[in-house]
Amino acid sequence: MLGLIIARLKTTIPSILGVIIVTFLLTRVLPGDTAAYFAGPAATPQAIAEIRSKLGLDQPLPVQFVSYVTALVKGDLGQSLTTGQPVTADLAQRLPASAELTLFGLLISMAIALPLGVLAAVRQGSWIDHLCRIVATAGVSLPVFFTGLLLVYVFYFILGWAPAPLGRLDAFASEPPRVTGFLLIDSLVARDPETFRAALSQIALPALTLAIFSLAPITRMTRASMLAVLGADFVRTARASGLSTRAVIGTYAFRNAMLPVVTTLGMVFSFLLGANVLVEKVFAWPGVGSYAVEALIASDYAPIQGFVLTMAILYVALNLAIDILYGVIDPRVRLEA
Amino acid sequence: MAASPLLEVRNLTVEFATRRGKVQAVKSIDISVGKGETVAIVGESGSGKSVTSYAVVRILDRAGRVAEGSIGFSGIDLVGASEAQMRDLRGREISMIFQNPRAALNPIRKVGKQIEDVLLQHVQATRATAREKAIAALEKVRIARPQERYDAYPFELSGGMCQRIVIALALACQPQLLIADEPTTGLDVTTQKAVMDLIVELTRERGMSTILITHDLGLAAAYCDKVVVMEKGRVVETAAAAEIFRNPQHPYTRRLMKATPRVGMQLRDLLPDAPPEAMTASRTSVPNLDQGGAPLLIVENLVKEYPRPAAGSLLAKLTGKAEPEKPAFRAVDGIGFSVRRGETLGLVGESGCGKSTTSMMVNRLLDPTAGRIVFDGQDIGSIPARQFALTPLRRRIQMVFQDPTDSLNPRFTAERAILDPVLRMGSLRGRDALRARCEELAGLVGLPVELIDRFPHQLSGGQKARVGIARAIALNPDLVILDEPTAALDVSVQAVVLNLLEELRQRLRMSYIFVSHDLNVVRLLCDRVIVMRSGRIVEEGTAEAVLGAPQADYTRELLTAIPHPPL
Repeated sequence: MLGLIIARLKTTIPSILGVIIVTFLLTRVLPGDTAAYFAGPAATPQAIAEIRSKLGLDQPLPVQFVSYVTALVKGDLGQSLTTGQPVTADLAQRLPASAELTLFGLLISMAIALPLGVLAAVRQGSWIDHLCRIVATAGVSLPVFFTGLLLVYVFYFILGWAPAPLGRLDAFASEPPRVTGFLLIDSLVARDPETFRAALSQIALPALTLAIFSLAPITRMTRASMLAVLGADFVRTARASGLSTRAVIGTYAFRNAMLPVVTTLGMVFSFLLGANVLVEKVFAWPGVGSYAVEALIASDYAPIQGFVLTMAILYVALNLAIDILYGVIDPRVRLEA
Repeated sequence: MAASPLLEVRNLTVEFATRRGKVQAVKSIDISVGKGETVAIVGESGSGKSVTSYAVVRILDRAGRVAEGSIGFSGIDLVGASEAQMRDLRGREISMIFQNPRAALNPIRKVGKQIEDVLLQHVQATRATAREKAIAALEKVRIARPQERYDAYPFELSGGMCQRIVIALALACQPQLLIADEPTTGLDVTTQKAVMDLIVELTRERGMSTILITHDLGLAAAYCDKVVVMEKGRVVETAAAAEIFRNPQHPYTRRLMKATPRVGMQLRDLLPDAPPEAMTASRTSVPNLDQGGAPLLIVENLVKEYPRPAAGSLLAKLTGKAEPEKPAFRAVDGIGFSVRRGETLGLVGESGCGKSTTSMMVNRLLDPTAGRIVFDGQDIGSIPARQFALTPLRRRIQMVFQDPTDSLNPRFTAERAILDPVLRMGSLRGRDALRARCEELAGLVGLPVELIDRFPHQLSGGQKARVGIARAIALNPDLVILDEPTAALDVSVQAVVLNLLEELRQRLRMSYIFVSHDLNVVRLLCDRVIVMRSGRIVEEGTAEAVLGAPQADYTRELLTAIPHPPL
């Protein structure tokens, strides 16, 4: 098992190096002159040149790259020109918000999609199968900002069940002491049900938006893979040995069907990281997505580099986790390590 | 026969709902199995023999249902029983063993756990005693080191071992009736013998009744008391095993028996309409070998090694504590043989003996580690397998593959499949010329011309086999490698295909390398035979000598393991 993890980690090194180079180059070739933007509309060419040399932008690309990598090794992602804070601090502050939202959305999605997919496969052709198809198609065909706005309109504006879509906590609640950065967990650690409820009511709608978006691939994959497994010889053996329906479907079919679903989960998670950017905007969520968009509009390249790099590392870590999960589920994978 | 049979199937009809309406897979059949009796249901694919057994256990798939008739099992009406009642019976009173044992086991659950699941389900063990009882069940089926095997996964075990596990699973709860659905198809003859002996011994010991579903008449005769012959969903004949072979009543039974290769037969004898003594293509009467001249193919000291997976962890390697490297695994270990023009050489052995690896190397799909392969005076072993397809020699060595379905592109019509080598390597161009060639080839292999526009799924197994053969001979090769070309076919189809191959060889003057584990078929088709074991040749000689009077113990062991129907 450890061998598998080490072997898998080694393969991630080239991709991380690639991401560092690409993000560095991309932000350099993006249109927009950072120095001009910061000097302001009335600045003289001299002032712009001064800012440019202060930022090191007048150096040739290789030199800029070397200084970027040197700083990176020290954990310095540069300064954000818009917030004036080190990018590392900004990201550390905002990443838990995004991570909490994405994971919570994925959890809701799995809680609905997995049982729905299994039921649709077991009762193939029944109403639940059709429901599964409709839900999945509708969920994936609506863009997230639309679903988000619709949910806000219905649950906040009309029904008034949800609080105003303004960030992670309403103005009157205070943040619990920071342990994980996840408000739901931190408030539980602090034994503060009041804050927990407040945080939950804030996260419900944006997480639901993400969940609706990611329902389709998980449901469809669960259904398809359950159908394939239910037709397999070993399920027939299990049925012929008189095992209960629960054992046949749960222990025999579902665990085998999970393998492709786990792979899909990894892909869905990365879709969600992208969808996050829009959802955070709609719900004024103080996450890394909205941070990156603002930086992009301002041609503030340090936060963009930091954001892309963080996402890449997150993605690599996620895939590692999925590979390990694969090994846990399937003994044949373990052997290949 | 006992007064009241254990299982009584009466007037059973099973229907399947298909897109083209209802299809009757089983048509009003009667079968009875007495206590302690062993009954064989024999038939070719599509005869409804498996469907019958699924109906008994009520595990027909969604589209199938019992339309008519009754199934009584020691006083219980199985057709009318509730699902919960059936679940109690399955595994505890009636068990099944399936074909393809590895697929029949959950690939990601320890085999011991799978046995426990059944024991716990039927309250034959408690959580505390389950492990112990599962190990006892493994011991019963003579699994060596059952304590260790308990923790094994199916992919870590051989096919024969997996079938033992399936048997342990089926017998764990001491059922009264065991239904074995082609339990040994795909297993080697010696493994087949071991598995069948085990089943018979265990069921006799417990006074169980057994239904053996098989396409192999020899197997049915060797192990069963009574034989039920099915054809196209109907029972055509039921008789005592000894009786049915001595005196088959129904023409279908007679045809089936005739098509089963046996000792002392000629290839022609397999066909139902063979006029006695008259036909031309008898092997012994036409020795059309070029006795003189250089052999077409000479293989010398051929070796194929595969590296073993490195032992020890990465950490051990880094710290220099790794074990010394194990020597590479030799799949083929220094073998040599030759094939003359117009000769058929049989390559025989059990799975893992290296016969397929050898044929792949000769066919230049795999690079040998050492040794020479000389084809018509040229050392083709030195041409890398990747480049061999670019040489003109590729046209002269062709292959017919084991599975007629899987070896055809499902999106190619039969015509496209047959012409594939012509289009890639032939010089023939132009629609009409190609069509004409395809029709000529179809004629040669006896494939009706109107079928050549069909896709593989619209063809029968025998027709697909013909397409595969037509494709192999499309470029008039000198050497054709036949890798178990009839293993997936019914005996009656096999009989026709074997005769076709022999006829083609004589007409087109080709040489064959025939890879097979079926010694009876090899005896009929081959001039000379090589018996392989663990990558080495244990015996070689003419087919009559090797299979008639074997010298090596291993060959003798293989021959005695074949179940023979009484003559």
